[in-house]
Amino acid sequence: MLQFNRWQIGAILTLVALGLYFATPNFFAPGKTPPGFTDTRITLGLDLQGGSYLLLEVDTDQVLQDRIESLQADVRRTLRTADGGRIAFGRLGLAENRLTVPITNESDYDRALKELRALSRPLGGLGGLGGAGRDYSVKASDGQTVQIELTEEAQKFYADSAVSDSIEVIRRRIDSMGTTEPSIQRQGINRLVVQVPGDSDSEGLKSVINRTGRLSFHMVDQTADPNAPVPPRRLRLPLVEQPGAELTIFETADVTGDMVTDASASPNSDGGGFQVNFAFDSRGSRRFREVTTENVGRSFAIVLDNEIISAPRIISPITGGSGRITGDFPPAEAAELAVLIRSGALPAELTTIEQRTVGADLGADSVRAGTIALIIGFLAVVVYIVLTYGRFGIYADIALIANVLLIAGALSLLGATLTLPGIAGIVLTIGMAVDANVLIFERIREEIQSGKTPVAAVEAGYNHAKSAIFDANLTTLIAAAIMFYLGAGPVRGFAVTLGIGVITSVFTAFVVTRVLAGRYVLGQRPKTLTL
Amino acid sequence: MGLRIIPSQTNIAFTKLRNVAAAISLAAMIGSIAAFFVLGLNFGIDFRGGVTVEVGPAEGQTFTDSDLTIVREAVGGLGLGDVRVQNIGGVAGAPDGIVTFIEQQPLPENPAGGETLTEDERTRAAELQQSAVAAQVQDVLRTTLGEGISFRRVDVVGPTVSGELVQAGVAALVVAIGMMLVYIWFRFEWQFSLGAILALVHDVVLTIGIFSITQLEFTLSIIAALLTIVGYSMNDTVVVFDRIRENLRKFKKKPLAEVIDLSINQTLARTLMTSITTLLALVSLFVFGGEVLRGFSFALIWGVLIGTYSSIFIASPVLLRTGVKRDWSKEGSASSEASAKGHLAP
Repeated sequence: MLQFNRWQIGAILTLVALGLYFATPNFFAPGKTPPGFTDTRITLGLDLQGGSYLLLEVDTDQVLQDRIESLQADVRRTLRTADGGRIAFGRLGLAENRLTVPITNESDYDRALKELRALSRPLGGLGGLGGAGRDYSVKASDGQTVQIELTEEAQKFYADSAVSDSIEVIRRRIDSMGTTEPSIQRQGINRLVVQVPGDSDSEGLKSVINRTGRLSFHMVDQTADPNAPVPPRRLRLPLVEQPGAELTIFETADVTGDMVTDASASPNSDGGGFQVNFAFDSRGSRRFREVTTENVGRSFAIVLDNEIISAPRIISPITGGSGRITGDFPPAEAAELAVLIRSGALPAELTTIEQRTVGADLGADSVRAGTIALIIGFLAVVVYIVLTYGRFGIYADIALIANVLLIAGALSLLGATLTLPGIAGIVLTIGMAVDANVLIFERIREEIQSGKTPVAAVEAGYNHAKSAIFDANLTTLIAAAIMFYLGAGPVRGFAVTLGIGVITSVFTAFVVTRVLAGRYVLGQRPKTLTL
Repeated sequence: MGLRIIPSQTNIAFTKLRNVAAAISLAAMIGSIAAFFVLGLNFGIDFRGGVTVEVGPAEGQTFTDSDLTIVREAVGGLGLGDVRVQNIGGVAGAPDGIVTFIEQQPLPENPAGGETLTEDERTRAAELQQSAVAAQVQDVLRTTLGEGISFRRVDVVGPTVSGELVQAGVAALVVAIGMMLVYIWFRFEWQFSLGAILALVHDVVLTIGIFSITQLEFTLSIIAALLTIVGYSMNDTVVVFDRIRENLRKFKKKPLAEVIDLSINQTLARTLMTSITTLLALVSLFVFGGEVLRGFSFALIWGVLIGTYSSIFIASPVLLRTGVKRDWSKEGSASSEASAKGHLAP
């Protein structure tokens, strides 16, 4: 089929024009897109614009372990205050996701089972998530011990919320650092990908992300002997202000970080350095007022991530619902502390398992080098094709240009991220894109040699090359799909452009050059074809 | 007539060369495998884990050779195991940048008599250690080269991720070759499938061989290059196979060797043409694409060269050794009779 009606030709031209239309905004600065154009653009990958990529692992095992550990207290209380009298029990056995409760008297067993079963609750609160299952399964075993296990659903649920809560906390932290457009995505079960473009300070970023940020206020136990072993229900923590010094504090926190509504850094109002100001919610204000009223003259400790950052003496009751931490901080550290306090604590520990940071100048160098390689590769191919196939070579080159426009348009429309390997994919595609045309042209030459007229030869060339083109390009497409699904980072960027390039190149070879070749042989009826 | 690399009509007896080609390829493959086991691949931190820090000089300044020595001594003095410090780019005496590689920090040993750590805890400790090393090296670079230096690239890959990347890379290659095998089997016949896969394995082995011999860094993007080579080599092979199938239908009585030779010759112009245009683009990428893409484009150039060779000399001659189904027509025998006499089917 060499004849195309005007509708078909119109559709082809429209498609190529759309490629140009969607690709155009890339040539203008963001926000400066000329009127009439949609703001579709290719996002440059971090390797091209500079930035930091962090892969973090959320320690969900610890979250589950914390759950089971906190269950111990509930179990003890339940058994002590059981209906019909206290139930005697032995030492609780703590294993992974499981608590073993030995019941001393066999006669209490059924009662214990009943009481402990009442501990199990629906996940996500009552009426929260219907059908999500229960948090614990309480099982009888051998008439002497009761097994309490986190259910499969609960393990999934708690791990899941630890990860999504972490995302929220990290987002708040990065946002309050004033960084532009961070992207935080979940990957797999317990991983997060944090991508922050721009010439960011990766170490600063990491220190803000990785700190748990658990803030609490405890009274200092001034009666404790610093050299004696730590008394029960007390903690001995290092004091940041004086390296080497330690203070003994009460284990129970009077006020916790979740009662803080705001925090900010400002120059110290009496003394050097910076201070961190914070405000409590109503519950926190009340607790803070009570504690400071009862303990005038004693010290309380402000604890962040198991370190005492400050232990001021209470001079007078603090009733205003706000306070400050003075510790002669450098401005940057005060600001970082404020960010940590404001954004809340991470629900679980995070470990950075992969980090890649590219400076903005290396990114710019890569863009320049990639573009030069693209242009020179393109020109070399274009010239070579014309030298080889003459008039038909020009057709192939027009198809190649249409191809590049379509790739650029598709990438812009998808909002795809262009990486350096992605540019390599485009360069490679340019080299390979002409393959479909080469197959067709070589076939046409053979058909001419076998004595066909130009029109018949062109027609037969397209028809006979079809299956080879189809098979050949499908193999490349398979390779691209595998790279996309199994590959990491740079490999995926390459797979996307290679895959799109294969599809557009088949289209342009089959349709664009066929229209041009068809118009030529049918319109001018050449006696012989030179190619 | 335009520019021609080869005459329009060739009549080369490729199948006669099959034993020579097989011998050469076999020797090259054995050499590659030997190189892989003796020299090994120079795995980048993607697969081995570790820290890479690349720095450029401060605005308006240049590095000198003595900077390299100073950095080497300073970083070497940290006691971080295997450390490599290299110049990158630029000219001799005034490099564009300095790259420091630090190997993967070992998992901490369990202290004798102390609390035993689980595998998870040890891995976690190693991850933290790795991050600490990156910070330490950056500090050392700042103190030795001045505060103004620009950190162009900092990569930290911990033991968890490097292990996964190795697995994913190998899995991707195996899946790719497996899918090609199934695809060809489905579209052609098992003999074709066998030939294609032998050619692919040949290409992958020789690429790993050249990377072992040259000791070029083997990174994640080389896996992408290998997959592309698999796709490209397959592409070339399929075009020849497609023509063989067509000619088998056309010339039912022609000896198989002649059909294969005819098909390879008929597609030779296309094979070379496509290889040349692809190489033009790749050489441009190799020369102008910058340091980061050099290994990648080298792998692809090599892959296109051997991929072209293998589809001509390895994939198709396999058919001759296994034999193929000769009767492709499922339609009536009348039409096959006609084409058996060598008439060109329209």
